[in-house]
Amino acid sequence: MSTVVEHVACPFCGCVCDDLTVEVEGARIVKVKRACSSGQGVFMEYDPSPRTARVRGEEADWDAAVAEAAAILREADSPLIYGLSSAASEAQRKAVELADRIGAVIDSTSSVCHGPTGLAMQAVGEPTCTLGEIRDRADLLVFWGCNPDQSHLRHFARYSLNAKGALTPNGRADRTMYVVDVRETGTAKKADHFLQVAPGHDFEVLTALRLLVQGGEPEGDPIGGVPRAELEELVERLKSCRYGVFFMGMGLTMTAARQHNVAELFTLVAELNEFAKCSVIPMRGHGNVTGADQVLTWTSGYPFAVSYARGYPQFMPGEFTAVDVLVRGAADAAVILASDPGAHFPRPAAAHLEAIPTIVFDHGPSVSAAHATVLFPTAAYGVDAAGTVYRMDNVPIPLSKVIETGRPTDEEILGRLIEAVRT
Amino acid sequence: MMLGILGGRVYDPRNGRDGQVADIWVKDGRVVAADEVDRDRAELVDAAGLVVMPGGVEVHSHLVGAKVNAGRKLRPEDHRGHERARVGDLRSGAGGTVPSTYLSGYLYSEMGYTTIMEAATAPLVARHTHEELEDMPNLDKGVFITMGNNHFIMKAISEGRPDMARDYVAWLLKASRGYAIKIVNPGGVENWKWGTNVRELDDAVIGYEGVTPRRILETLARVNDELGLPHVPHIHGINLGRSTSARTTVETMRTLKGVPAHYCHLQFLSYGEGPQHIHSCEAPSVAEVVNADPSMTVDVGQIVFGQATTMTSDGPLQHMLHQTAGGRWMNDDVESESGGGIVPIVYKRTNPVNATMWRTGLELFLLVEDPWRVFLTTDHPNAGCFTSYPQVIKLLMDRGYRRERFGGIHRRARRGALLPELEREYSLYEIAVITRAGPARALGLDKKGHLGVGADADIAVYSEQEDKEAMFARPRYVFKDGVLVARDGAVVAEVPGRTFYVDAPYDPAIEGEIRAYFENAYTVAYENYAVVTGEVAHTEPVACG
Repeated sequence: MSTVVEHVACPFCGCVCDDLTVEVEGARIVKVKRACSSGQGVFMEYDPSPRTARVRGEEADWDAAVAEAAAILREADSPLIYGLSSAASEAQRKAVELADRIGAVIDSTSSVCHGPTGLAMQAVGEPTCTLGEIRDRADLLVFWGCNPDQSHLRHFARYSLNAKGALTPNGRADRTMYVVDVRETGTAKKADHFLQVAPGHDFEVLTALRLLVQGGEPEGDPIGGVPRAELEELVERLKSCRYGVFFMGMGLTMTAARQHNVAELFTLVAELNEFAKCSVIPMRGHGNVTGADQVLTWTSGYPFAVSYARGYPQFMPGEFTAVDVLVRGAADAAVILASDPGAHFPRPAAAHLEAIPTIVFDHGPSVSAAHATVLFPTAAYGVDAAGTVYRMDNVPIPLSKVIETGRPTDEEILGRLIEAVRT
Repeated sequence: MMLGILGGRVYDPRNGRDGQVADIWVKDGRVVAADEVDRDRAELVDAAGLVVMPGGVEVHSHLVGAKVNAGRKLRPEDHRGHERARVGDLRSGAGGTVPSTYLSGYLYSEMGYTTIMEAATAPLVARHTHEELEDMPNLDKGVFITMGNNHFIMKAISEGRPDMARDYVAWLLKASRGYAIKIVNPGGVENWKWGTNVRELDDAVIGYEGVTPRRILETLARVNDELGLPHVPHIHGINLGRSTSARTTVETMRTLKGVPAHYCHLQFLSYGEGPQHIHSCEAPSVAEVVNADPSMTVDVGQIVFGQATTMTSDGPLQHMLHQTAGGRWMNDDVESESGGGIVPIVYKRTNPVNATMWRTGLELFLLVEDPWRVFLTTDHPNAGCFTSYPQVIKLLMDRGYRRERFGGIHRRARRGALLPELEREYSLYEIAVITRAGPARALGLDKKGHLGVGADADIAVYSEQEDKEAMFARPRYVFKDGVLVARDGAVVAEVPGRTFYVDAPYDPAIEGEIRAYFENAYTVAYENYAVVTGEVAHTEPVACG
């Protein structure tokens, strides 16, 4: 006897598609409709079998694990809380409260992803829009240093290239698509125009575009590897489109010049609004990394890299970003949730994580979980826990609890941890 | 829990008390009659010689939600030097013009305010607003929902179906857990999505046959009346910040003559054409229209010199500000509903434009005769931070101080000004009206803004001082629901606030129409759009009719 849950939101990536249908038998998910392959994985590969907490690799009851974790945090002088990006905002709020109460450094996966995008926004602002505006209005799309064909699998269908909207009834036929990237990605193969920029030359190309928009004469041809005529054609289209939208990814944030690339792009977009409507959307990765930015900002004023060590929030990327804290050996305990820095951080940072006590929240196996001093195998948001996530365009969407496994949520355990460290 | 605040001079305009000495008794969070309290078991506060007022009621402030949080993220430099350390169970925070949520709650408490209205939220992101409100303690709250550029409403107008608009508005207020209809630059924000704006009340809204700013205003005012909402339509008109604003403001007021409506941050909409591209102050002519129509209320949006962060749902206005002021610019177009933007700004008394704006606000305060219809706001954080209210109160109560400050503004803003001739000084009673009783009445909050039996025990106690800024910046005691939350201007405790929302009846058949409409109009499922019961912990429905 199966039940069918409709309008389920997928917590995997920043698209947060909320049109899934999930078929459940008991505590097992048997079928997922409309999800992409990543979303299928979230639901179909979820192991709902009972799990228990672990302390130093040994099974422990949840109370004992909470007590042990609280003891670690009470001992610590410089704790680090890291991750947040796949947790619901309800858990993120608790994580920030814990950081505030114990004087921790708190950072999200933003710092190794779109952190530079946040810095660019702080420097120049950001003309943006919700995804529905793109679906309904956009006649010109420019994907820069991102590859949604591989990373955000339903983006084209639901929100951008192929989506049909009020002013774009024919979907793909009503849009012109550009891709700017260093190689011909799957996304580039779908484009009407592919501009292949020389690696490390994005800033140069962006500056040339700004100059062309203002009627100036950039020097050289090609510029940053791109024939000048193609840049001129792009500028003409941008200045005369109905609603232009740039999408940008780690091709800009994690290559030379980082936040300067992004600030140059955001400035270009702002300047284009003198001529035609234009917006930009960062292609946020994790399902709720946008929420991590939001929650940290409304509680501390800052989106990531926040230290509460002095009793009030301080923001300093490079100082309080998790990789930097760990490489310096400046943390003596860590709380990790909704991420796997043990697997993804640079070796010196991961090595320091192995040397200090860690409290890990993870519903599945991971390198960080394997090395955890205390492991809380909590429920997964969107699968066996409900919550709120923020889509890449900052639209908040509720996640469903599609199965009941009896596992506690991150929010519950963090709440108990907050109580425990107070006493 | 019982409490007695004894022997204070009570300023409670709704109940006609103008400084008379009286005792205020509290039981279970409500003001009660003396005989309901067992004196021996009550906590007694000696208020002899002190001024007792209801807790402050904020009628218009941008405190939480998508736009405000983007403003916080945009301005790390605004937070530095404005940090608050964690103390005991209280949380830390930061922010000068756009404080973090806990800090905002504390700062309002520390001024004696106990109720606030978040001035603009697009329904699509209302869930975000409510999440932040849960993290803003010590205040009861309501949320205004932007509807002046809503596609469904404009479709209903275009198709000549006002009943459909009415049922939709009732549904939308419940779905977003909202409190009032907010109208921001009607039609102009939609046109901004095409790169333009509206300039006149009869300009066309692109894509909606027959829809104009005037028809949007008329329709929503009628809907508001038919639904019997607790508040009136809350209007930010067209041409804000422009030299045509006074003219179109007056035209808007005449269009809605006799129709209950609230005109927010009127200062920003009271300019005319002046020499050398500096807008003229048109406060006298606008105030005259306000005085003549008792159905309307206004708040001022007083400029405070110093840092501010402009943020409105008026996308084209924010772009114009970006072009004028330069610097950072946020824009956010919200599908099917709304838009908005952010531009940080500094108001300088030595800048003739800014100084004229400052003067315009004060003239409005002094020329609108009925204090029950003009309320204290800085349109936080647009004209200044809400923490500047004590300074504005001093400007209103102390004409010597006002003259002195007037003397320090740019000479071109002084030229021909009426302000130095205005002798009026607000009394404590009138301050209690414009910060408490008046806003509560306009908002339809029956248990707020007064200290009669049955009122919520939200109470601020001040020690009277010659310097009114110092007096209002540091209340001796502030009680929220009868709990002491601030003492001597410092927050001492945290209580959760409630969020009021409107639950007006509507024809359920509208849900089918909205559901069908959602298929094509939104990228979020109809089923995932509404904020549902239980999703937010402290909501309280308000019935209508």
